[in-house]
Amino acid sequence: MATTHRATAARRPWGVAPTGLLLLGAIYCLFPVLWVLIAATKSPGELFTTSTLAFGTGFADNVTQLFAYRDGVFWLWAANTLLYAGGGALLSTAVSAISGYALAKFRFPGRNLIFKLLIGGILVPAVVLAIPQYLLFSKVGLADTYWAVLLPQILHPYSIYLARIYATAAIPDSLLEAGRIDGATEWRLMYRVAVPLMVPGMVTIFLFQFVAIWNNFLLPFIMLGDDGKFPLTVGLYTLLAAGANQPSLYNLILTGALLSIVPLIALFLTMQRYWKTDLSSGAVK
Amino acid sequence: MKRSERGAWPYLFLTPAIVLFTLFLAVPIGYTVWLAMRRTKVSGLGLGRGARKEVFVGFDNFSAALSDPELWHGWLRVLGYGALVLVVMLGLALLFALLLDSARVRLARFSRIAIFLPYAVPGVAATLLWGFLYLPSLSPIRDVLDIDFLGASTVTYSMANVAVWGGTGFNMLVLYTTLRAIPRDLYEAARLDGASELQIALRVKIPILTPAIILTTVFSIIATIQVFTEPTTLRPLTNTISSTWSPLMKVYRDAFVTGDLYSAAATSIVIAAISLVLSFGFLRVVRNHAFGES
Repeated sequence: MATTHRATAARRPWGVAPTGLLLLGAIYCLFPVLWVLIAATKSPGELFTTSTLAFGTGFADNVTQLFAYRDGVFWLWAANTLLYAGGGALLSTAVSAISGYALAKFRFPGRNLIFKLLIGGILVPAVVLAIPQYLLFSKVGLADTYWAVLLPQILHPYSIYLARIYATAAIPDSLLEAGRIDGATEWRLMYRVAVPLMVPGMVTIFLFQFVAIWNNFLLPFIMLGDDGKFPLTVGLYTLLAAGANQPSLYNLILTGALLSIVPLIALFLTMQRYWKTDLSSGAVK
Repeated sequence: MKRSERGAWPYLFLTPAIVLFTLFLAVPIGYTVWLAMRRTKVSGLGLGRGARKEVFVGFDNFSAALSDPELWHGWLRVLGYGALVLVVMLGLALLFALLLDSARVRLARFSRIAIFLPYAVPGVAATLLWGFLYLPSLSPIRDVLDIDFLGASTVTYSMANVAVWGGTGFNMLVLYTTLRAIPRDLYEAARLDGASELQIALRVKIPILTPAIILTTVFSIIATIQVFTEPTTLRPLTNTISSTWSPLMKVYRDAFVTGDLYSAAATSIVIAAISLVLSFGFLRVVRNHAFGES
């Protein structure tokens, strides 16, 4: 990009204000995360006595205590979260990718109707679904099981929409035609030609679904009664509900909060470049 | 796209989505509507077999949901909260996206990552962090500012702050990616015509961003109407949030605490209807406005 003199001249009236504003935004966003990082290092005594922004000495103790809390239920919550988010996001990505591929690359009766129905799902608030989903799961004996949290999160209309846009752009019709002339079956074309071409889009869908399921609170909160099946979000909530009036539990709650966000932040930082795939391409086109 | 049919293949590829749609979307919606139109009738003392019967009551539950003062207070609270969140969150998202794209800023990469970071923090954890930051005994903010963040008159703002903190980065990224897709020579042309950076932002970038802004607004409207996690998580830390603070919290209470599924079903349909009306209403207003301009 060529920076013209004209552009340099245009910079002057604004000076460092834009950078300053952005940095203020960055500080606002980082501050609570930094604070919990510090707070989680404090022993229960230090939490209320030392300066709020000074590191403490109790981090290892806090972690040990947290993992010992109620026979290590925190470990279970972490493992459950990984199962729900990992399994759910994988299944969701697979379903979205083949649906998007079919909708983008085939013409068949009912195509528009199916697409519109699926996309209409974006507008249905989770709340309308949560209660009847719970009741239906209860009827078939699946409430309070892993399935009750996993299954309803596989279908994600917006991901199908993204997959369709992605498939339209990334898979040349000529490639599919060539494969058909060579006698490949549609199934083979899908997983040998279409899916490999869709991988970058699928990574984006996977990441967004992974984060969405990891962060979900309402569905597991409604579906689960047994705290051994809780994900971290519901577990943290119960920890807070139990400890809000007991400052002696504050260090456990803060350490729990820190440990529940570290994996996501790590994932998020390592996968930086994938977050850019055009989230809003549909809105522009 | 090929005109010829590929037999059953596309349907086969769509089968998982259609099955999931039917089981987890269509059937539950139908079931909610059915539930919402029924009620338990108790005859006599309500003892013995057949004393409690489920009967069809038509729209009674809906009229009850629409005239329930408790629910109306919830709507008003959420309306105030939602308006605050929408304006501040999307305003900041737009401002940051434009600043990042202006190519005149330093530390752009760092700021972009930092502002997007809260997206990786679950709503429960975010509310927990801010909740502790609002507590007088722990808060470094309270060391500086003497404000009761959890008081009856301030708690809405405190909750809106959590939502703004968690949502700005995601919306900023959506808008920023859209801006990056615009060919750079469009700006060069505007600059050669003597447009300032501010004029380019207002006259070139914002019009191009409009569809993306509309999309993020609609999603944010749907999300704020259903606010549940933040008030529920903040409740243990303060007594200023009732168990029916937001309409969705009332649905939860009716369904799982009081055990009145019929009211809960009717209320959730009202919530869905209001989300749809507001989303479509917003789209309509925007469209008319856009037509008026051109």
